[in-house]
Amino acid sequence: MSENESIKISTKNVNLYYGENHALKDINLDIKTNKITAFIGPSGCGKSTFLKSLNRMNDLIPGCRITGQFLLDGEDIYVPGVDTNLLRRRIGMVFQKPNPFPMSIYDNIAYGPRVHGIKGKAKLDRIVEESLIGAAVFDEVKDRLHKSALSLSGGQQQRICIARAIAVQPEVILMDEPTSALDPVSTLKIEELMNTLKEKYTVAIVTHNMQQATRISDYTAFFLVGEMVEYAKTEELFSRPQDKRTEDYITGRFG
Amino acid sequence: MRNSFDHKLIQLNNDLIRMGGMIEEAIASAITALRENDAELARKVVKNDRFVDDEEKNIESQCLSIILREQPVARDLRKVSAALKMVTDMERIADNAADIAEISIIADVSALMHILNEIKTMSEKVITMVSHAVDSFVNTDMQLANDTIKADDEVDELFISIRNKIVQLIKDEACSGDVAVDALMIVKYLERIADHAVNICEWVEFFETGEYKNTQII
Ligand SMILES: Nc1ncnc2c1ncn2[C@@H]1O[C@H](COP(=O)(O)OP(=O)(O)OP(=O)(O)O)[C@@H](O)[C@H]1O
Ligand SMILES: [Mg+2]
Repeated sequence: MSENESIKISTKNVNLYYGENHALKDINLDIKTNKITAFIGPSGCGKSTFLKSLNRMNDLIPGCRITGQFLLDGEDIYVPGVDTNLLRRRIGMVFQKPNPFPMSIYDNIAYGPRVHGIKGKAKLDRIVEESLIGAAVFDEVKDRLHKSALSLSGGQQQRICIARAIAVQPEVILMDEPTSALDPVSTLKIEELMNTLKEKYTVAIVTHNMQQATRISDYTAFFLVGEMVEYAKTEELFSRPQDKRTEDYITGRFG
Repeated sequence: MRNSFDHKLIQLNNDLIRMGGMIEEAIASAITALRENDAELARKVVKNDRFVDDEEKNIESQCLSIILREQPVARDLRKVSAALKMVTDMERIADNAADIAEISIIADVSALMHILNEIKTMSEKVITMVSHAVDSFVNTDMQLANDTIKADDEVDELFISIRNKIVQLIKDEACSGDVAVDALMIVKYLERIADHAVNICEWVEFFETGEYKNTQII
């Protein structure tokens, strides 16, 4: 693909099985550093499975078997001895439904840094503030940092979750349909936020909203029944897809 | 969802075909008016240009509505954007036909009998090019589009040949300066119409490949 772009995560011949179900088939994909990569495809095609496998969230699922390689900065993340806690600190995740912990806004953000051993009020205060600013929600919550995060609107909660994800200074942020439960205004805020996030982080997002993928992502990968059919620059994929199946899906001719 | 979208694309094609018919007729009538010194027919061509303008606006508005409501991607996006660009060329073709008709009203070209026959030949080639250009778009026929682009060379040759004959007429003082200039403008307008037909064909290529004049524009 493009010349001067470095690769953050590279997958090589990845296959994933849930028992008999061959959920990912030979996925070879390079996720570019400081870019937003969107995963699109019909329900059940394996987008979330692939996203979760990027920070080993499938490890605990019984009967789940993975072959192939996932290289983060060139290092295989599935070899024995990899600290999955550390891995998930480097690769954070934001889910479809905002899921703040049932605690104060402040503690939600400070949780990760505390787990990773950061102490001292001044230091934590600074991380909380910076993370909330980074997630474009600080102004809306700065006067009630010690109120429950659950008292916030859905869009605010989702940005709290993003703040929580960036508080541990990850390198990659994975988002699984982060705006599907939000109204257009909150969605727009999160989309704008993603544009600033990619300056610091590498972002991968699953979305069912084709316009969203077109608006925000630099690269798009189209999945179909466990296969990655096409992967290209977003503008290319949405203006002149190479594979007929991609064309049929994005133009709504599917099935 | 896709049903209504497909219906809109069919409607767009149909309207482009209708507009294509209108501009072909405008060129043919302008040339007939010229040859037969039929001022009434010429005035009709000038007057009907308004309907072509209306058709252009109608097609543009359909394209914009599709962009707004369907947010087309891939082939659909290329189709709608190509249609949006090519109606401009179609409208210009009708303008040029009206220009020819206007000249025919004031010009007395009876002195140009043998040149008129060549103008007729040229106009027939030009009308075929316009017709094929629009057909190649609505039927997505790249072969026809390419052949039409090639046909432009013949029109250019005819232009040069007629131009040289007009120059000779001036040298021989076989016609007035006014008549010579009018005749030259008419063939120049025909030559421009052929160029617009080529432009349309280039939008067909864009529709197929995303490339316009050998540059990937999307
Ligand atoms: N925990 C699990 N155990 C067993 N099978 C699973 C599990 N999670 C997903 N699958 C199966 O793997 C396949 C891919 O599912 P996945 O959730 O990755 O799809 P998706 O593309 O994210 O779909 P959606 O758009 O609906 O979220 C499906 O056939 C699904 O049933
Ligand atoms: Mg999913």
